[in-house]
Amino acid sequence: MPVLTEFESVALALSLKVALTSVLVCLPFGLAAAWLLARVEFFGKAVIDAVFHLPLVVPPVVVGYVLLLLLGKTGALGGWLHNTFGITIAFTWIGAAMAAGVMAFPLMVRAMRLSLEAVDRRLESAARTLGASPIRVFLTVTLPLMAPGILVGSVLAFARALGEFGATITFVSNIPGETQTLPLALYSLAQTPGQEHGAMRLALISVAVALVALLISEWLAKRIRDNRGSRE
Amino acid sequence: MIEIDVEKRVGDFSLVAKFETASSGVTALFGRSGSGKTTLVDMIAGLTYPDSGRISIDNEVMFDSSERINLPPEKRRLGYVFQEDRLFPHLNVASNLRYGCRNSIDAAEFNRIVDLLGIKHLLARRPASLSGGEKQRVAIGRAILANPRLLLMDEPLASLDSARKDEILRFIEEFSSSLEIPIIYVSHAMDEIIRVANTMVLVSDGRIAATGSVEDITSRLDLRPMTGRYEAGSVIRTRITDHDQRNGLSLLEFVGGTFSVPEIDLPIGQILRVRIRARDVSIATVKPQGISINNIFQGIITDIREDRSPFMDVLIDSGVPIWSRISRSSLERLELSKGQQVYAMVKAVAIDRHSLGSIRGDRKFE
Repeated sequence: MPVLTEFESVALALSLKVALTSVLVCLPFGLAAAWLLARVEFFGKAVIDAVFHLPLVVPPVVVGYVLLLLLGKTGALGGWLHNTFGITIAFTWIGAAMAAGVMAFPLMVRAMRLSLEAVDRRLESAARTLGASPIRVFLTVTLPLMAPGILVGSVLAFARALGEFGATITFVSNIPGETQTLPLALYSLAQTPGQEHGAMRLALISVAVALVALLISEWLAKRIRDNRGSRE
Repeated sequence: MIEIDVEKRVGDFSLVAKFETASSGVTALFGRSGSGKTTLVDMIAGLTYPDSGRISIDNEVMFDSSERINLPPEKRRLGYVFQEDRLFPHLNVASNLRYGCRNSIDAAEFNRIVDLLGIKHLLARRPASLSGGEKQRVAIGRAILANPRLLLMDEPLASLDSARKDEILRFIEEFSSSLEIPIIYVSHAMDEIIRVANTMVLVSDGRIAATGSVEDITSRLDLRPMTGRYEAGSVIRTRITDHDQRNGLSLLEFVGGTFSVPEIDLPIGQILRVRIRARDVSIATVKPQGISINNIFQGIITDIREDRSPFMDVLIDSGVPIWSRISRSSLERLELSKGQQVYAMVKAVAIDRHSLGSIRGDRKFE
């Protein structure tokens, strides 16, 4: 007898796929946003900062609704994508990943920004005097020194994406095998009389996945620290 | 030739600096904290920009506001050793050292510099596990291995204790002569400058107060307010001409005569810079007889200045300027005046051991 039922393993696999995709796609944008907020001075920075943080404070349902308006088949962007490329985002797992990504984005940017602000810029100017171009300085000095923040940001975003519910169900609905991630499956079972046992199992699976993600990140963070030989 | 002619304003502080120095040997930028020394080297390195002016090294323009030239730091090929080591914490010592090596790295050259700095045993370690002196040695090695046309050192000893300072100073003396890299050395410590530098640029309140040889600048009393609390005295360039082993003496020849000093363990022909403190020089109006002092030089009084009473500083020109600090009452009793011929009596022991810095190379003896 398999450890997980088919219903559970489908939901788990979909959740992991959605969360990993959202984190990977968010990474470059998150890095760019962190750079913008930490290193660039421009007019209206406070507004941009607030916009990046909006998903943290707005009800997730609102985020899902805005996504639906924008990217639904009849939405401004979604309609164009559908008619020109035949791409549909709403009610697909890609849409689920998008909803999860938008919700996780502020957490990722925040962690990355803090770590970027902590990077000693004097090390970067030292690298420049040693003949390194700005791009090489970024790749060989800034990025490695930011690594712990990138890691923390990614784990936070992954956990947030794994738990995403409101925006997802609003934007892409609750379709088994396509958009029914662990929280949505749990919600379905909780709504069904006599499925309390199945709901409990899904809850435990969710906790287990989040715990494993945290442990892996702790282990990676420790490796980075040991690698630097710091004695903190 | 290193030519600098720059202006920069930061808030209330304005820096206007124009000087030239040879692109060989060690040029010291001396001045108090806040005088603008670091801003000046940062501008040479390209880490900050002048509002206007021009910086060129060996006729290659680094910055020229009128021609809109401004090379980024990575294109200037300058080495920079900072006050703090600024080693990359995520790289080991070997990777730090190789960071600035452009593509090709000659293994023999790498080993030579690693040996010179005595850091071979540290190559696999991380900066976090090194002591302050070790870190600064690695930082110096990293800058040199980038093969710079000019090495900038901004108070590289500031964060070290005196034993480490001495150790690093010896390395600087060693490689400034053996590697033939010109150095601009920033410091507010006169004893460091006397040990390592040939030329000195005096920076005060964002202006260049004087430029000249270390011997000249340190002998000028009018610069004393800027050269600071450093004890009055003269710095004289000498050459070892003989060792008198029977008496345990070494003879140091200089333009105005010969010093005999307790034997120095250095070869004949070695150029040495010695420092004579003004308080260790006495004055006689007639040639002293029956006196134990060996080092007596005839000269002419060229300047008399009032120091904090009851002392007066008297400048005696005996080929080189020698300062003597005597009491006001002695001055009046001997009726000393400018133009008068006198004898300066220097106690052999008065030659400051600490400033017996060695200057190597085949510099012409003047």
